[in-house]
Amino acid sequence: MAQTDKRTFWGYRRPNGTVGIRNHVLILPTIVCATQAARQITELVHGTVSFIHQHGCAQVGVDFEQTMRTYIGMGANPNVYGVVVLGLGCETHQAKMIAHEIAKTGKPVEVVAIQDYGGTLMATAQGAKIAVKMVQEASMQRRELCDFSELIVGTECGGSDACSGLSANPAVGVVSDRIADLGGTSILAETTELIGAEHLLAERAVDDKVAKRVYEVIHAMENRAIQMGVDIRTGNPSPGNIRGGLSSLEEKSLGAAAKAGTRPLQELIDYAQKPTRKGLVWMDTPGHDIEQLTGMVAGGSQLALFTTGRGTPTGSPIAPTIKIATNSTVFESMNDNIDLNAGTIIDGTETIEQVGERIFDEIIEVCNGKLTKAEILKQHDFGIWRIGPTF
Amino acid sequence: MAEKQHKIVMMKPHDKVAVALEPLSAGTTVNVRNAETTLTVQLKDSIEFGHKFAVVPIAEGEDILKYGEVIGMATRAIEVGEHVHIHNLEGKRGRGDKIGANG
Repeated sequence: MAQTDKRTFWGYRRPNGTVGIRNHVLILPTIVCATQAARQITELVHGTVSFIHQHGCAQVGVDFEQTMRTYIGMGANPNVYGVVVLGLGCETHQAKMIAHEIAKTGKPVEVVAIQDYGGTLMATAQGAKIAVKMVQEASMQRRELCDFSELIVGTECGGSDACSGLSANPAVGVVSDRIADLGGTSILAETTELIGAEHLLAERAVDDKVAKRVYEVIHAMENRAIQMGVDIRTGNPSPGNIRGGLSSLEEKSLGAAAKAGTRPLQELIDYAQKPTRKGLVWMDTPGHDIEQLTGMVAGGSQLALFTTGRGTPTGSPIAPTIKIATNSTVFESMNDNIDLNAGTIIDGTETIEQVGERIFDEIIEVCNGKLTKAEILKQHDFGIWRIGPTF
Repeated sequence: MAEKQHKIVMMKPHDKVAVALEPLSAGTTVNVRNAETTLTVQLKDSIEFGHKFAVVPIAEGEDILKYGEVIGMATRAIEVGEHVHIHNLEGKRGRGDKIGANG
């Protein structure tokens, strides 16, 4: 195989021109009541993935829309070959509406509603039959050489410690710059964990509108704590962050912002929204690992870089996450979960740039099919950022 | 120089704290290098890996700088060489307990 000048990888081209690095058939439960049937289909049919959640009904307004956008984005993600949308029938987030939106990508989409088939067993059988056909079709698709500009890489830090801002996050920053320079997209998220560092990012905004939006989303997030009358530190930094040496949210934020590298901030997008520009993009998400990862994947990220100081198993059902340790101790103690070690920067045996180069090489390998630890351990986490009450 | 060099990082010249990248015992004298100068600090507390200590005296209510930026304020006077953490540093952002509904 001709490969590569580090500008290309082998991906799956979708009918709408986007490129996947995986070829999953997604069983997409649009309502909590359908999640168990969806899980059973994945147990019956090799090559399918799904996720468990608590959503899809009795949501209204912007919260309804955000959940809708998340479901549609998961189905539309380029890593998905085709989708079986599994509904119940009576829920607010109607399976047919979601399938209709995903079908605009041109990929195969089918709908099964449990009430239409007289219950779980028949609906499971029907979903599984459709999935078998889809998986076989997916297996016929060949990878083709694709350009790095096709990639949207999500960046995330979870289980941070004092080393996060010194080793793994600056190394991810090097990679983020490289991706932007190659015409790709790098998503910065975790609005909560940018409180206290917003002025540094606003300075890099491409225009005043983006700079203004930076302050708006930061203040909206901070005001949630203020309006509730709580000290944000009761949730963030977490007890593990504190044991790792982080004393305040501001300190954590300054370390987290290092993931953003040095390139201009092109735009600020809503949760689970697809970027409209290339380069560095900020998605408004909470700091919660699973909710932010879900938002970035629903926004089209084919891959995520996840730095960790305390160690974390998290992953997405459809987008590989490359786990990067901030210190050598956690790399060794949680090696089942962690792919790369940036602790060498702390140890003094590698520079930030050298680790950035290793992360970049790993991205190419993972794009070409190398499985991450989170994928091998079936870490299929999913969580939607709820912004409203349930009725 | 026979003196042992400890693994410590001070991010910016005007920072008021440095981070220990190895566990350090109370009483140890350490050299903290930054872009402009080298500070000699005798540790008053033992400092765990990844934790911070003051490299200059910090007054009660004063902003504490790391990365050249504010990471919170001192809740009491902090002497050079003291452990700086949640017992003497408070974040200033998202403080609904102070200015929010119940504050």
